[in-house]
Amino acid sequence: MRLRDSESDARFRKEVRAWLAENLPVLGPRPAYGDWPAKKAYDQRWQRMLFDAGYAGIDWPAAYGGRGATASEQLIFLAESAAAGAPDLGVHFVGQLHAGPTLIAEATDEQRDFHLPRILRGESIWCQGFSEPGAGSDLASLRTRAVRDGDHYVVTGSKIWTSYGFAADYCELLVRTDPDAGKHRGISWLIMPMDTPGIDVRPLRTIQGESEFAEMFLDEVRVPVENLVGRENDGWRVAMVTFSFERGTSLVRELLTAMTMVEELATLAKTLGHGQYHSGPRAGQSRTAWDDDAIRREIGQVAAELDAMWALTRRNVTRAAGGGGVPPSGGSAFKLTYSEAIHHFGEVAMKVLERYAISLDALPLGAGAGLPVGRHIIEHLHAFAISIGAGTSQIQKNILAERVLGLPRER
Amino acid sequence: MHFDLDEDGLALQATVRDLCGARLPLETTRNWTDAASFDRAAWSALAGLGAFTMTQPEARGGLELGVADAGLVFQVLGAELVPGPLVAAALVADLDERVGAGEAFATVVTRPPAGSGPARAGGPWVIPHLDLAADVYVVDDQGVWRTAAGAVEGTPVPNPLDPTTPMWLADAVPAGEQVGGPELARGWLLRGSVLASALLAGNATRTVELATAYAKQREQFGRVIGGFQAVKHLLAEAFTRAEVARVAVDAAAVALDDAGTSVGDGEGEGFDDGYADPTFNPVRAIAGARVLAADAASRNAKTAIQVHGGMGFTWETTIHLFLKRAWILRNAFTTPEEAADTVAHSLARPKWMAA
Ligand SMILES: Cc1cc2nc3c(=O)[nH]c(=O)nc-3n(C[C@H](O)[C@H](O)[C@H](O)COP(=O)(O)OP(=O)(O)OC[C@H]3O[C@@H](n4cnc5c(N)ncnc54)[C@H](O)[C@@H]3O)c2cc1C
Repeated sequence: MRLRDSESDARFRKEVRAWLAENLPVLGPRPAYGDWPAKKAYDQRWQRMLFDAGYAGIDWPAAYGGRGATASEQLIFLAESAAAGAPDLGVHFVGQLHAGPTLIAEATDEQRDFHLPRILRGESIWCQGFSEPGAGSDLASLRTRAVRDGDHYVVTGSKIWTSYGFAADYCELLVRTDPDAGKHRGISWLIMPMDTPGIDVRPLRTIQGESEFAEMFLDEVRVPVENLVGRENDGWRVAMVTFSFERGTSLVRELLTAMTMVEELATLAKTLGHGQYHSGPRAGQSRTAWDDDAIRREIGQVAAELDAMWALTRRNVTRAAGGGGVPPSGGSAFKLTYSEAIHHFGEVAMKVLERYAISLDALPLGAGAGLPVGRHIIEHLHAFAISIGAGTSQIQKNILAERVLGLPRER
Repeated sequence: MHFDLDEDGLALQATVRDLCGARLPLETTRNWTDAASFDRAAWSALAGLGAFTMTQPEARGGLELGVADAGLVFQVLGAELVPGPLVAAALVADLDERVGAGEAFATVVTRPPAGSGPARAGGPWVIPHLDLAADVYVVDDQGVWRTAAGAVEGTPVPNPLDPTTPMWLADAVPAGEQVGGPELARGWLLRGSVLASALLAGNATRTVELATAYAKQREQFGRVIGGFQAVKHLLAEAFTRAEVARVAVDAAAVALDDAGTSVGDGEGEGFDDGYADPTFNPVRAIAGARVLAADAASRNAKTAIQVHGGMGFTWETTIHLFLKRAWILRNAFTTPEEAADTVAHSLARPKWMAA
């Protein structure tokens, strides 16, 4: 077992670090939280810079325009980006992390040649139209219909929780093409251009106060048959390929950012006053959250939990590099434990920020950027996005119990 | 980076597991409650595989492997719930080849912190396996001291929590002979901690296996209890805790190995600058591993008892033995509480944070 950089890893790390140091200042300041049009432009600008520097699609095969980096290089790139405070994928999340890889695995040459370069250059944004009001955890019960009409599918139905729906140029869409087949058998995976007539995207406001996701109504939307990925009625299998990417390593950058946020929280804990102490033996004493043994240890516990997730990531990535992707034992274990670690992080953040946990923004207190309380509260709320999105924690436990431990299946 | 067990690692684990099955099965070892009942031949056989000399140089009869490999072996020993002063043997092998070879026993104790009341300044000392040991090694931040076990006036602890980890209390341990300085002491505390955590991670893994096997065969309401979602989720959570504890222990052991051998010139390796991967810090990684492994072992054993129902509450089943061993090991060389504090103190200010 080896974790240290090899000589070529060390060279790559140095190169990435130098590039980030030079280019991050050029990118300019981060847009205000929740300003999605500005965020989209910012994410696209960054993606183009990455593309021009040869860092786009870091783990995609070179044959499809990616860098074809090794697993170590991929992790080094993510770790350096997080440490430097570089933007994450943002609106490119779906395109880069699951639609793109799914196209690489399942699409025709024409589909790949058209879409992959656009995704890499940051020109096309993707969203995921899987969930429906009536089909969440039981995704295979989805009802959005696609009826063949000549060389088009005519799609009618509705999708919900569509992240980046407002920004997207394309949607990876699951539709029912054969209503008479068994529920897993009649599904197809389509590429839907978002400018097709009949699509109505209505933003939904999230508990984080912004509109990351949307509901999407589809009224006789005509999608060319050539946009089918995989065979007709074989979409469930293709969706499972998508999930293997979504649940595999797509949260790694988030994890690395969270690891630096714990450091920020520890720094805040050392400066913020803590406790009421108007009466009793400590009355009048000044104490920080860091002086409180229970809180300080809990910060240490959360850091240990996140460090372990980083170790699990490196094991998962090593296994995936051996072929066959991240096994469900590793992917679901990561998703489940990472959710819990972020919920735990949020609990501790509330204890540290205490009476200052009152805004989803930075507090106008102190010099510079102010007191960054909002970020930590948003991360606490965001813990639910992780424990609900892409298969809830309960569903991950079902997967582990059934596919890994071999216990009887749910009916 | 390659962070998974290779064929050698798996083979090593299989060899140790086979020997444990043949010579140290739990039905037998659960009765090794004192020196008289302890099977020294089986212990020597284990030592014969190199279980305690994994990291020793060949010249000292060792395998010249890393702490990471020793950790893999100790995960198996933890899963098999092998009794005896395992971690002490692996540490004292640095100084006494007979202990590494399983011909003699040693026990290692850390100096107790001063308390108040009955736990008055510097005492009492807690010493496991005093009857078995030839020597007692004392570790504190100044160094390592050796005292003949016979020179320690210990009172046996009645009704030991973990029946096969008999304990003694002593008001004092004679100063003895200094056999190592602060560097050895530091090395022992780190290696001892990570090996104890490896035992805990193995312990956590085995109780999930036992509970899962039981859940697949015990029937109630006309179906196996493993079909009930409440039970499935308990087991999935326990499985996950064990997996996470194992990777945390492996990463900590690798971090210790990496820190021990200076690779390259340090340039650009992520150590000498602010962007260093903080998990490469062995002190932090080893502390973090204890936080997770102690939690996983204790909670998984509890889960396993709950899943066994009334059967789990009997002395006759083995699961309570895993729980009790976990409760002893959690405090070996560090405690999860102290370890959490250690991790907290390792946190640096992030580079991007505004001043
Ligand atoms: C932030 C966010 C972003 C998302 N982005 C997208 C996106 O871009 N595209 C997309 O298609 N979807 C997206 N989703 C949807 C997500 O995949 C679903 O929310 C999720 O699969 C759960 O479905 P549901 O919301 O219908 O909840 P339900 O399935 O109704 O679940 C409600 C509760 O019941 C529990 N439950 C359900 N079934 C079982 C069972 N068999 N056993 C035990 N418990 C069960 C669940 O765990 C949960 O606690 C997003 C969700 C979130 C939160």
